[in-house]
Amino acid sequence: MASWGEASESRLIGKRVTRLSGKDKVTGKAKYTFDINRPGMLYGRVLRSEVPHATVKGIDTRAAEALPGVKAVIPLIEIGKKLRYQGQEIAAVAAETDDIAKDALRLIQVDMEELPFVVTESDAMAEGAPQIREDWNGNQSNPNIREEGTLEAGFKEAAVEVEATYHTPVQTHVCLETHGHVAEWQDEQNLTVWASTQAVFGTRNDLAQHFELPANQVRVITEHMGGGFGSKFGPGMEGHAAAELSRITGTAVKLMLTRKDEHLVAGNRPSMTQHVRAGATSDGRLIAYDMRGHGTGGISSGAGFQAPYVYHVPNFRTEKVNVAVNAGNQRAMRAPGHPQGAFAMDCLMDELAEKLGMNPLEFRRINDTSEVRQAQYTLGAQEIGWHRRNSMPGSGTSVKKRGMGLGSGRWGGGGGRGTEARVTINADGTVEAVTGTQDLGTGIRTAIAIIVAEEFGLAPTDITVKVGDSAPGLPSGGSGGSQTTASVAPVIKTAAAAAKQKLFERIAPLLAAPVEELRVGTGTIYVVSDRTKTITWAQATGQLGMESISEGGQWDEELRQGGVAGTQFAEVEVDTETGTIKVLKIVAIHDCGLAINRLTTESQINGGVIMGLGQALLEERFMDAQTGRMMNANLEDYKVPGTFEIPEIKSIVFDTHRKVTGIGEPPCIPTLGAIANAVYNAIGVRIRELPLTPDKVLSALAEKKA
Amino acid sequence: MEKFSYVNATNLEQVTSLLNDSGWGEVMVIAGGTDLLGELKEYVETPKTLVNLKTLPGMDSIAADATGLKIGALTTVADIAMHPTIQRHYTVLAQAAASVATPQIRNVGTLGGNLCQRPRCWYYRDETVDCLKKGGEICYAVEGLNKYHAILGGDPVYIVHPSDIAPALIALGATIKIAGPEGEKTMAVEEFFTLPATNPFRENVLEPNEIVVEVQVPQPKPNTKSLYLKAREKGAPDFALASVAGVFEMSGSTCNTASIVLGGVAPAPWRSKEAEAALTGKMISEAVSKQAGADAVKDAQPLNDNEYKVVLTQNLISRAAMMAAHA
Ligand SMILES: Cc1cc2nc3c(=O)[nH]c(=O)nc-3n(C[C@@H](O)[C@@H](O)[C@H](O)COP(=O)(O)OP(=O)(O)OC[C@H]3O[C@@H](n4cnc5c(N)ncnc54)[C@H](O)[C@@H]3O)c2cc1C
Ligand code: SF4
Repeated sequence: MASWGEASESRLIGKRVTRLSGKDKVTGKAKYTFDINRPGMLYGRVLRSEVPHATVKGIDTRAAEALPGVKAVIPLIEIGKKLRYQGQEIAAVAAETDDIAKDALRLIQVDMEELPFVVTESDAMAEGAPQIREDWNGNQSNPNIREEGTLEAGFKEAAVEVEATYHTPVQTHVCLETHGHVAEWQDEQNLTVWASTQAVFGTRNDLAQHFELPANQVRVITEHMGGGFGSKFGPGMEGHAAAELSRITGTAVKLMLTRKDEHLVAGNRPSMTQHVRAGATSDGRLIAYDMRGHGTGGISSGAGFQAPYVYHVPNFRTEKVNVAVNAGNQRAMRAPGHPQGAFAMDCLMDELAEKLGMNPLEFRRINDTSEVRQAQYTLGAQEIGWHRRNSMPGSGTSVKKRGMGLGSGRWGGGGGRGTEARVTINADGTVEAVTGTQDLGTGIRTAIAIIVAEEFGLAPTDITVKVGDSAPGLPSGGSGGSQTTASVAPVIKTAAAAAKQKLFERIAPLLAAPVEELRVGTGTIYVVSDRTKTITWAQATGQLGMESISEGGQWDEELRQGGVAGTQFAEVEVDTETGTIKVLKIVAIHDCGLAINRLTTESQINGGVIMGLGQALLEERFMDAQTGRMMNANLEDYKVPGTFEIPEIKSIVFDTHRKVTGIGEPPCIPTLGAIANAVYNAIGVRIRELPLTPDKVLSALAEKKA
Repeated sequence: MEKFSYVNATNLEQVTSLLNDSGWGEVMVIAGGTDLLGELKEYVETPKTLVNLKTLPGMDSIAADATGLKIGALTTVADIAMHPTIQRHYTVLAQAAASVATPQIRNVGTLGGNLCQRPRCWYYRDETVDCLKKGGEICYAVEGLNKYHAILGGDPVYIVHPSDIAPALIALGATIKIAGPEGEKTMAVEEFFTLPATNPFRENVLEPNEIVVEVQVPQPKPNTKSLYLKAREKGAPDFALASVAGVFEMSGSTCNTASIVLGGVAPAPWRSKEAEAALTGKMISEAVSKQAGADAVKDAQPLNDNEYKVVLTQNLISRAAMMAAHA
C-alpha cells in the first residue's frame, strides 16, 4: 500500500521549505504574463459598454482603423444583440502602443438604443421593475427549496427562537495581476499564448476549440501568475480577442484587462441576503431552521450560499432565489458560497446561544459533529485566551472595547485524477519534474520539489520543476476546489518512486546488494544491511552514461483523502467614538491532511484570513441606481486590506492524518463570522450586514443608546 | 489621457501669461501630479497644455523663524510631515501632513497641489457622469450613493474637500500667497476656500490665471496644544470620513482660545465657530468637550447614507478637546 511514511521518517515533507520562486518574485526576476514582451508585439484593448442595458444598432470602426498605429479592430458583439451590463465587450483593437490602442477605442462609434435597467437587488425585486431576463418570471429565478425533518415539530421542541436578516454585499476578486494574455501565432496552425490562468490545459483546450485547431498545436504558458481566486479558468472573451487580433495582424498581441475592467467583468462573489428563523432546545440543541434568501451574481445565478452550514440541524427548510441585475457576472470565488453562509450561520449560532444563556463555544460543541473541529475548538480557545472574553457583551465604560468571537468552516479538497507527470534523472545527477499544473501562488512548484527531493535524498533546490506549460503534453486539471496539491502530489510521488526503483536497479550490481536493500540517505545511496556500502548521488547517476531515467506516475487513492474542517477565533478592539474596528488577533486552525510544505500552508492560511478580513471589514461593490454604474471600480473606493489592517495571525496547521487533502480555500471561510461575533462581544449590539464599516458601527451604537 | 504639450515653468510671469485668457481646463498647472494624473487618465480633465511648476526655482522649501513659517507651494507633503520644528510647534500641521495618502504620494505630492486638489466624489471622477460640478443639471450625490459626502454647507453640491492639510493651516491662522498677472496677493487660507453656494464649479477663489506660491503660518503662542484627528475606513491610503484640526491655547486645563476646523464633512474646510465658542474660556471637562461637539453639528443636514458623520464629527471634536487639555 502506498503511503507518505511516518512523520518521524520525513526529512522534508511536512517541514518548512522556502518557496523556490520566492527570490525571483521579490527581486522582480519572475516574469508574469504582464511582463512578457515579444518582438514587434502589439497592444490590445477592449471597448466596453458604458451603459448597463442597451441594444446594439451599429458599430462604426472606420475612424479607429484610420488612426495611425492601429493594426486591427474587431467587433465582439453582433448588431441587434443586447448589452446587459456596464463593461460588456463591444469591440477590440490592436495597435503599436497601448496609448494608441486606448485612443482608438474612443474613436469607435457605437449606435445603441438604451433600455431600462436595474442594478440593485431591491430595485430588481420591486413591483413593476423592468424585466432584464426573458427566460425568468420577473427578475427572480424559481426558488430552490430543500427540506429535511419536520420544521413544525422542530419549532415545537424549541425553547428559544431567533429571527434575523443577514446580508453580505457583492465582493470582487481583485487579482493583483489582472486577467490577460499575450498571444502569438507561429504560423496559421500553431498558436502560443502566455496566459494569467489557473488552468493551463483548460485554456489550451478552449483556445483549440475556438480556433478549430488540434489541441497539441496550441501552447499555453503560465510561468508565474498573480492571483485567480476562481476567476481565471479559461481565456474568456479577452483571451479569444487577443488571439484573434494576433491571427489577423500576424504579430504577437498583449491584451491585459484594466483595473476597472477587472472589477466590472472578471467575476465576483455574489451577494447574500438571508431571512432566518431558528430555534434551539433548552439543553442547547439546534432543532429548527427556516430560511428564505436571495443573492445576485449579475444576470446569471447568485444564491449559491450555504445554509444551514457546518452545525447539525435535524429539521430545516431553505428557499433560495437568484436575482438578476444589470451587472457583471459572478464567477467561482475562493470557497464559493461558504464565507457568506458561514457568516450568517455563525452570527445566528451566537444569537441563539445568548438567548439560551450559553457560552457560544459550548453551544457549538453540542451541535458540531466533527471530531476534528471539536479538537480545534479546544486548541483555539487556549490560543486566544477565551476565558478572558467579555462575559457581558458591551459591558464596561471605556471608549475602546474589546471582544472575542469564533467561526467555523469546512471544505472538500482531496484531489482527483487527470494529472500526468514525469520525473527524470540525468546522468549528471540533475533531476527534472514536469507536469502541466500551474502555480497559482499556492506553492505547488515547491511542493513538487519537496516530494521528489524526499524520495531521492536531495534538497528541494536540486530539483528542476517545470510547471505552467502545456508543451510537454503532460496535462493536469485547473487549480480549483483546493484540489491542486492532492491531485498532483500522488502522481509526482509515484513517478519519483518509479524512477528511484529504476536507478536502484542500475546500481545494485555496483553495490553488490539486492535492490530491496538499497536506501537513499542525504545525497547518498547505501545498503541497509551494510552501511559501509555507500555511494554519492553523483556516483550513482554517473552509472547512467548517455541515458536518463524518466518515469511517469499514477494517481493513487491511498495518498489522498477529502474533507477538512477549520475554526478561527478573533479578538477585536472597537473604538466606540469613531466606529473603527481594529482586529488584534486571529487564531486560525485548519487541517489539510498532510501538509507537504508547512511554510506555504501557513502562508495559505494567512492569505485566506486576510481575504476574509477584507470581506468582513471593507469590501463592497457600490452600484448606482441612477446611472447603472459601479461607482468604485478602482482600488481607492473599493477598499482591500492594507498593512494597517493586518492583525497578528496565528496560523496553525492542524495535523490529522498523512494523506494529502488541500488548504487553498478553507482559510477564508470562518474569518467573517469570527470577526462579526467578536465585534458583538465588544459592543453588545449586533450588526448583521457586512462590511463592518464605521458608519454601521456608529449607527448600531446610536440605536442601542436610543 | 488626451495628448497635451508640456512646458517647464521658468518664472511666475511666464506661468501666469501661459495661463492667461484660456479659462479653466485648456492650460493647467501640474506639480507632483498625484491628483491631476488621475483626472487626466480618467478624461475628467483634457488640457491642451500642462505647465510644470516643479521647475520654478526656490519654491520647495520651508523657512522657520521666531515669527513663523514660510512654506513654498512646491514643498512636498513628506517634508512638511517630517520637519522637526513643525512637528514640535505646529503639531497639527505635521500630523495632518503625515495622515495624507501613502509615503510614495507624500514624497511627490506638494503643498500647493494638496490645497488645490479636486474633489474625490465618485460621480465627479467618472467621465461619463455629467454632474452639477461639471456643468450638468444635477448633483447625483443627493439621491445617490452619498456615504462619503457632505453634512455641512452642501447645497447645491455635496462634495467634501479632500485636503487634510487645509484644515490644519486654517486652524493655525495661516495665510496664502497667490501670484497672478497683476503680481502677488496674500489672504487668509480660510478666505481662500469657497462653498458651492458661491461657486459650484470650483473649490477656491483662484482665477484660471493664478497660482499658489507660498503659505505663511504664524508661530503659535506659548502654551498652545494642537492636534489633528482623522477618522477613516482604512489605515492608508484613505481620505477622511471626518477630521478635526484643533489648536488650543491653554492655561492648565482651561482653554483661552480654540480653533476648530473640520475636514471631510463639507465642500470646504469647515471652521466651527460654534465649537470654538463652546470651548473658549472654559475648563475642559468631558461635559464641555461634548457640548462643543454637539454645537458644531447642530445645523448638519445629512443625506441618506452619511448620518453617521454627524456623531463621528461630534466625537472627534470632543476627543480633540479632551486630548488637548488632559493628554
Ligand atoms: C491614492 C491617493 C490617496 C490620497 N490621499 C490623500 C489624503 O489622505 N489626504 C489628502 O489631503 N490628499 C490625499 N491625496 C491627494 C494628493 O494628490 C494630494 O495630497 C497631493 O498633495 C497633491 O499634490 P500634487 O503636487 O501631486 O498635486 P497635482 O496633482 O500636481 O495638482 C493637483 C491640482 O492642483 C493644481 N495645482 C497644483 N499646484 C498648484 C499651485 N501651486 N497653484 C495652483 N494650482 C495648483 C493642479 O492644476 C491640479 O488641479 C491622495 C491622492 C491619491 C492618489
Ligand atoms: S457632490 Fe459634486 S461632484 Fe459629486 S455628484 Fe454632486 S455635484 Fe457632482
